Amino acid sequence: MTQSQIEIQVVAALVAAACAIPGVFLVLRRSALISDAISHTVLLGIVIGFMLLGDIENPLLIVFAAGAGVLTVTLSELLLKTRRVREDAAIGLVFPALFSIAVIIITQNFGSIHIDVDAVLLGELAFAPFNRVDIIGSSLPRGVVVMGIILIANLIAVAVFYKELKLATFDAGLAAALGFSPALIHYGLMTSVSVTAVGAFDHVGSILVIALMIAPPAAAYLLTDRLARMIAYSALIGIAAAISGYWIARALNVNISGAMATMTGIFFVAALMFAPERGLIAQVIRRKRRGERFAVEMLLVHLRRHEGTSDEETENTLGHLTDELNWSPRYAHQTVKRAQRNGYVQLVSDALRLTDQGRTMASTLLAVR
Amino acid sequence: MENLLLIFTDYTIRNVLLGAIVLGLVSGTLSAFAVLRKASLLGDTMSHAALPGVIIAFLITGVRAPLPLLIGALIAGLLGTLFMSLITSTTRIKQDSAQGVILAVFFGFGMALLSWVIRQPGSEHAGLDRFLFGQAAATVESDVITMAGIGGIALLLIALFWKEFKLITFDAQYARTIGLPVGLLDVLVTTLIVIAVVVGLQMVGVVLMSAMIAAPGAAARQWTNRLGVMVILSAVFGAVAGAAGALISSSAANVPTGPVIVLAITVIVIVSLLFAPNRGILWSLRRTKSVLAPSPVEPNAQAHVVGSARPKGVYEP
Repeated sequence: MTQSQIEIQVVAALVAAACAIPGVFLVLRRSALISDAISHTVLLGIVIGFMLLGDIENPLLIVFAAGAGVLTVTLSELLLKTRRVREDAAIGLVFPALFSIAVIIITQNFGSIHIDVDAVLLGELAFAPFNRVDIIGSSLPRGVVVMGIILIANLIAVAVFYKELKLATFDAGLAAALGFSPALIHYGLMTSVSVTAVGAFDHVGSILVIALMIAPPAAAYLLTDRLARMIAYSALIGIAAAISGYWIARALNVNISGAMATMTGIFFVAALMFAPERGLIAQVIRRKRRGERFAVEMLLVHLRRHEGTSDEETENTLGHLTDELNWSPRYAHQTVKRAQRNGYVQLVSDALRLTDQGRTMASTLLAVR
Repeated sequence: MENLLLIFTDYTIRNVLLGAIVLGLVSGTLSAFAVLRKASLLGDTMSHAALPGVIIAFLITGVRAPLPLLIGALIAGLLGTLFMSLITSTTRIKQDSAQGVILAVFFGFGMALLSWVIRQPGSEHAGLDRFLFGQAAATVESDVITMAGIGGIALLLIALFWKEFKLITFDAQYARTIGLPVGLLDVLVTTLIVIAVVVGLQMVGVVLMSAMIAAPGAAARQWTNRLGVMVILSAVFGAVAGAAGALISSSAANVPTGPVIVLAITVIVIVSLLFAPNRGILWSLRRTKSVLAPSPVEPNAQAHVVGSARPKGVYEP
């Protein structure tokens, strides 16, 4: 690997980890689409900041951009408070309007300067190594420095306010009753989302910011019930998607951010399919097991009902099950096998006999019913 | 006045204006349903999710003809909705996250595909990125005709299934009990919303299309409680915003059409929120004031009202 390849991957991994932290809370608080809104409207902050400061490299731009992000949330909430529109509509009304203002300002004033709308949406990670800053004598890519600082800030914020965030996310009512201000926590989180989005979209574009803030936490949500683990898993999934996406983009010669976003989707689908408890396959297996157990129980109850009666000879046979319980011969056979394996029944030529264990089980089932 | 004349004489301006009006009419009509079904952000998701469909349709057909690309966009959009409901119905992941995942992943995949297509030799792929950012000025007569054709079919379907759509929007439970295929009708409404999105995409682009699904309905909702009136108002608001955007951007240099359309519809929303009779904020402010203000004529009237509101015989001293 060349140095620039390593640097690109480091920037991408830092972005992924930094996005995962606020992303987890967005997903849990059901406001994932705020990331969509904010990652677009920070453009307005950048444009206005650029007009006032006259310098696209000025670190203060981040303040303007974050301000635009918080403004988006504030305006949406103001709209919501009028109780004339629903939450989804409030978001959908505010961010396109702010984004439109930004686009108009750009086309009016900077027709020649490169603040490209394409670049905003798509970003260009391949340029990350060219933009360097000197820190304590060594030259580092600007993205590494910026995203490193943002990641550390996010980590510190989560570590310090972990209890408050957790409580406000899972039981807002109790949090408010205990005196934590839900508004403060909410706006703190939104500031974190905005700052992370600004720092990141410079390098990866707004779409990958959304992908990294939502898809890895959503995947992690399927893998664990513990908040701390969910944050860790999200960061790891995001980093894995970023790095694998980078190599796929190189191999196929396609847009890096696009390939990374696609990989977050593939990791999400993998979690959706294979998650140990909540995955689709686990769900199908569980449903099948439940059906099988129910069939065995039906069998035991049936045998117990006719045990010792005059028609036991005809009723309690393997062949009769197909008529009685409407099972296919194959299914009847499988169910009997399963019951045998559990030690509930004995099969003597065609006749079915309950074992002591099976009789107890059947009685329990009948008593419950 | 000169500009007004240009509408009839200038080919480009006429096409842009007509296209913008068709876009506004179709998305405005569907916006009413989207807002009532709490699916305002569906437009946002679908406009992003459509991108890979556009590119794949181009790869299959090899030409940049509007119809195949629109069909590709439609299929991708519907696939996105399907995935979304799969995620929300089988896991504890909520609607917002499912939408976000679909939006970002589909669009990212589309971007990757687009960057690959652009690197291929040949010039047929020129202009594909119009579906990303929209380019109203490039609207030609065939685009307008395609938009009007597809949009017209969508509007016709709404007229045909009016009663059914009304029922599933307001009382899905009842619709089910009288034997309507609610699931199928849901899919149909969603398809129509996707069609509206796809129709507008190449004029205003991905981000701004979401406003055209969220805004007209939200504005129209303030003026009326009747679905029929709301749908018509919504369509009119959409069309007015479209026309205003097209006219303003054609009369000044360097003003992009899409964003102006969005700002126009935003102004309509703000005016509706403030001034609409009954629901308007200013009206309710006036009402609150007149209730709170002590009545100067009968100082005892309020005391009487409070007293009579008390349950009789319980707190009587």
